[in-house]
Amino acid sequence: MGAQKKPAVARVRDDSEDLTRQRLQAIVLADSFTTQFRPITLERPKVLLPLVNIPMIDYTLAWLESAGIEDIFVFCCVHSSQVIDYLEKSEWYSRSNPNLLVRTIVSPKSTSVGDALRYIYEQQTETSQIQGDFVLVSGDTVSNMPLADLIQEHRDRKKKDEKAIMTMVIKKQSRLGLGSDQLFIAVDPLTKQLVRYEEGNARIGDVCLDKSLLDSTVLLCNDMQDCYIDICSPEVLSLFEDNFDYQHLRRHFVNGLLVDDIMGYKIFTHEIQSSFYATRIENLRSYDMVSKNIIQRWTYPFVPDINFSGKCSLMLGRQGIYRASDAVQSRSADIGASTVIGYGTRIGNGGKIFNSVIGNGCSIGSNVVIQGSYIWNNVTIEDGCEIRNAIVCDGVKIRAGAVLQPGVVLSFNVVVGRDFVVPTYSKVSLLQQPTTEDSDEEMEYAGSSSGTADLLSGVHNLQIESKASELGPDGTGYIWEVCDSAHDEEWKHSVVPIPMDKLADITRAMDDDDIEDESVVPPAGELKSDTDSINTDANDDYGYFEREVEETFLMAIIKDDVDHVIRLINSRRFAYNMASADCAGAVFYSMMRLAVNTPHNSASELYRNATTIITKWKGLLGFYLKQIDEQIEVIMKFEEMCEESEELGPLFAQIVHFLYDKDVVQEGAILRWGEEKAGADECDKVYLNQCEAFIQWLKEASEEEEEEEDS
Amino acid sequence: MDFQVVILAGGFSSNLVPLVSKEVPKALLPVANRPVLSYVLDLLESNNLKDLIVVVEGEDAALKVGGWISSACVDRLHVEVAAVAENVGTAGALRAIAHHLTAKDILIVSGDIVSDIPPGAVAATHRRHDAAVTVMLCAQPVSGPSESGGSGGKDKTKKPACDDIIGLDSLKQFLLYIAKGAEIKKDTRVKKSILCAAGKIEIRSDLMDSHIYAFKRSVLQEVLDQKPAFRSLKEDVLPYLVRTQLRSEIFSDQNNVEENGNGNGKNNMQNNEVVLSQILSNASLPSFHQVYESGLDSRKTNKCCVYIADESKFFVRLNSIQAFMDVNRDVIGDANHLSGYSFSAHHNIVHPSAELGSKTTVGPHCMLGEGSQVGDKCSVKRSVIGRHCRIGSNVKIVNSVVMDHATIGDGCSIQGSVICSNAQLQERVTLRDCQVEAGYVVCAGSEQKGETFARK
Repeated sequence: MGAQKKPAVARVRDDSEDLTRQRLQAIVLADSFTTQFRPITLERPKVLLPLVNIPMIDYTLAWLESAGIEDIFVFCCVHSSQVIDYLEKSEWYSRSNPNLLVRTIVSPKSTSVGDALRYIYEQQTETSQIQGDFVLVSGDTVSNMPLADLIQEHRDRKKKDEKAIMTMVIKKQSRLGLGSDQLFIAVDPLTKQLVRYEEGNARIGDVCLDKSLLDSTVLLCNDMQDCYIDICSPEVLSLFEDNFDYQHLRRHFVNGLLVDDIMGYKIFTHEIQSSFYATRIENLRSYDMVSKNIIQRWTYPFVPDINFSGKCSLMLGRQGIYRASDAVQSRSADIGASTVIGYGTRIGNGGKIFNSVIGNGCSIGSNVVIQGSYIWNNVTIEDGCEIRNAIVCDGVKIRAGAVLQPGVVLSFNVVVGRDFVVPTYSKVSLLQQPTTEDSDEEMEYAGSSSGTADLLSGVHNLQIESKASELGPDGTGYIWEVCDSAHDEEWKHSVVPIPMDKLADITRAMDDDDIEDESVVPPAGELKSDTDSINTDANDDYGYFEREVEETFLMAIIKDDVDHVIRLINSRRFAYNMASADCAGAVFYSMMRLAVNTPHNSASELYRNATTIITKWKGLLGFYLKQIDEQIEVIMKFEEMCEESEELGPLFAQIVHFLYDKDVVQEGAILRWGEEKAGADECDKVYLNQCEAFIQWLKEASEEEEEEEDS
Repeated sequence: MDFQVVILAGGFSSNLVPLVSKEVPKALLPVANRPVLSYVLDLLESNNLKDLIVVVEGEDAALKVGGWISSACVDRLHVEVAAVAENVGTAGALRAIAHHLTAKDILIVSGDIVSDIPPGAVAATHRRHDAAVTVMLCAQPVSGPSESGGSGGKDKTKKPACDDIIGLDSLKQFLLYIAKGAEIKKDTRVKKSILCAAGKIEIRSDLMDSHIYAFKRSVLQEVLDQKPAFRSLKEDVLPYLVRTQLRSEIFSDQNNVEENGNGNGKNNMQNNEVVLSQILSNASLPSFHQVYESGLDSRKTNKCCVYIADESKFFVRLNSIQAFMDVNRDVIGDANHLSGYSFSAHHNIVHPSAELGSKTTVGPHCMLGEGSQVGDKCSVKRSVIGRHCRIGSNVKIVNSVVMDHATIGDGCSIQGSVICSNAQLQERVTLRDCQVEAGYVVCAGSEQKGETFARK
């Protein structure tokens, strides 16, 4: 102990010295590793998409600069050249601010946040760029919150508690607001420590809290939004390195830490005041929402009329109308509230534009109606078009009389034919939809990154003749098909306000949930946890889980370290959402498999194999077999195995007895198992009968004990 | 106030054997020489709740309880005693007396409570929110009974078993989740629909259900009728209502609307009450039931509310032998305002008719009942001694309860024990943490620890 303590003290002193010279650092992930913005993101990285006419990354960088961050590492993978080009051309590299240093890290192979952080960690060993705590954000974050105090808070906490390696920013949110999944988090109200993080679509079902959490008060929240702004200690990077299977920052990393009770790392939350803004643009709905918030100036000072990114600013007029000084507008055009009109844009007679953002260099014809839409740069809209709740990318041409129904996304340079009606929620691109749709969203860029450039060059010539008809005779572009599963979700993520009938659906779903629930309500005394009902649909998962545990176990035997196995198995357990009893079953299953697979000649030899394995890994079993239920589960599992394997069958009673001798299974469990089985069919009772003598002996022994106590 | 009060006085609780017997049902167990039921009755009377139904399990017990009530408080209160079959559970007991219930709201109080939390406040909260059910919660005793020395450790191991796990909304007005800690094996599940509607749920384990409930009669009877399998209020009815609180309409609309005739008028009135309740509770945020009602569609919900008693209030349920010891000690000790007696300068009560021998000391936090005799050189500490007890010389009684008419011989030493009425301890008996059944005779010179003396 004493030997260990000394270096720790020394390190604390180092830290305090570091504080004086440690630069505030941030890692900006210029890639979201998701498919939400497809097809647009096939041609341009998400962080460069204009948000109220300014690329998203400018908001992020400007905010980090204003918050006093000195080193910014922009991590690029897909379209990295575009990002670097943009940063070079913009003023970020040549900023007058001598305190700000923007650098890029390029790793085109990374397909997830996990890969990215692992790559940074590898780089780290060579260059040691990251010196201490850093801010981890995505390049699509819009915020104006101060960070210095938060980083200080994180450092103070870290100094007190080595294990507090991450502080997560959360914020009160409006329900259904951002189209993201429901977030259920549980926080200790006093320390603000995060104890549970659960994302999911379902508004029905249950949130599970581990019993160990219930010793103190727990605050369970559904009204919080994760801002995806994290203050991390360097350990976070090494943890990603250690756990090569962590991909997703929240789903794997955060949940992994919360489940892992061996390392004991802690994550804390910080709720920002409602006067500050912090949101990440995850999907089109949040794009819409954040755009409106910017126009309504919630993000001040990052608003269109303030020059924060080195571009010319717009003029703010009445009713939240921002207009470029050189925009040309016909007198008869009606520009409504909350609208932005960019530079060099011309608007013809009799148009009606409201609640929309129009980019630079657009030309809009006469009698055009634009409502709730985002028109990016150099778009041509001819006379009489009608555009509602759509996103129209750079260089698109919409010919006269065309109609975009709500929810349409037109990617770059698409041409919509004369009088053509683009149906609601369609996504149109010059690029063909990748046919091999990889369902794993983490992998999305892997295939597309290399092919995009080639595709682009060939596409223009080919398209116009062959596929022109999809958008009318004089149009260009493919209408992407929406895969079935995503179709239901479309309404949730698109820029269109949520239709009333969907809201009603949600309500109904909740009712259904309640009704189901009612039938489950058991009478007094039999109140079981609902795990049984859930397990039925998790059966497939269990098979995989079992296999993985077995592999893990076999791998671990070589290493011979119980803690290590437990850690690995726990990570599997989390990934498949299994109960501790399942782990117990799977671990025991692996052991018996090992015993059977070890070469043997006779039954007695097999028994010897089994006993040596059990003796050796007693500690591991013991870890999962703390409760009677788990022990019963193991016995049942064993019974199942014996049914399958003829060799094991005759040894059942012997091995159970051995488990009892080794204190792996308690007598209570065996007796309960016996009672449960007593009512079963005769054919099910083979093994019970085998154990009869043993159970009888147990019963007598326990009775004797009682008698002894009595006298 | 249109409230009917039901006191569930139980019968012969098996937890309390050998203290209870055919002669003494649980409700009549003495706490500082008064039946425990009298504390509940006093509490209700002080809140001006005088129309009571006392439900007792078993005919014999009902007769005993009825006899005591008619002798003790017939002039002050209007009490009906109803007997129900044994072992029907709390829900079963209410089902059995359903025909007695006529008021709009029912206040249900457990008969074994010794407390100074005003039930009137629960009733008021219930009315203010127009709730389907209001539950009184009180702080869980943090570290078992105060200064009980040796028994404290024993108590701590028992405590987690009766933990309640309770989920409240952010304003601590609504009960969103309830479970018994003992029933939760690995994890607890909170319904997402309720969490979505509430936004936040605070899951606490430092509160406990105090077994004082206010129910809306229509809702209670509806549940009792529809769920014949429900036996216990706390374990079945309450969790069921909490779970389904967002969906009352589904099972109660047909009946309710017809029953009330003017369904619309009633709803309007309720809406007004809701607004009023918000003002009263000084809430700047709309409470979640309202958000839920207004936001998604306009339907009625079964509100489950809570009243959280102040931490300084005293609350004990007499449901175990340990609790019996604790409550006797507390009522003449820390919580002596409950006992209704006036204490002497030595913080004890010695009835004027009691006789003390020479060199006998009665310490603070002691009680000596009417007509009891204590011999020479005795020492009584932190104990309650009933009426007409006869105690010899050189007797030591510490942390114990001696009930009426008990006889204790010379040279006995009693510690942490309960001696029931008419029991007899012969000379030089040494008891520690024992219970002696009523009328039992303990032989001279026996030395016992942690035993129960009862005739089988």
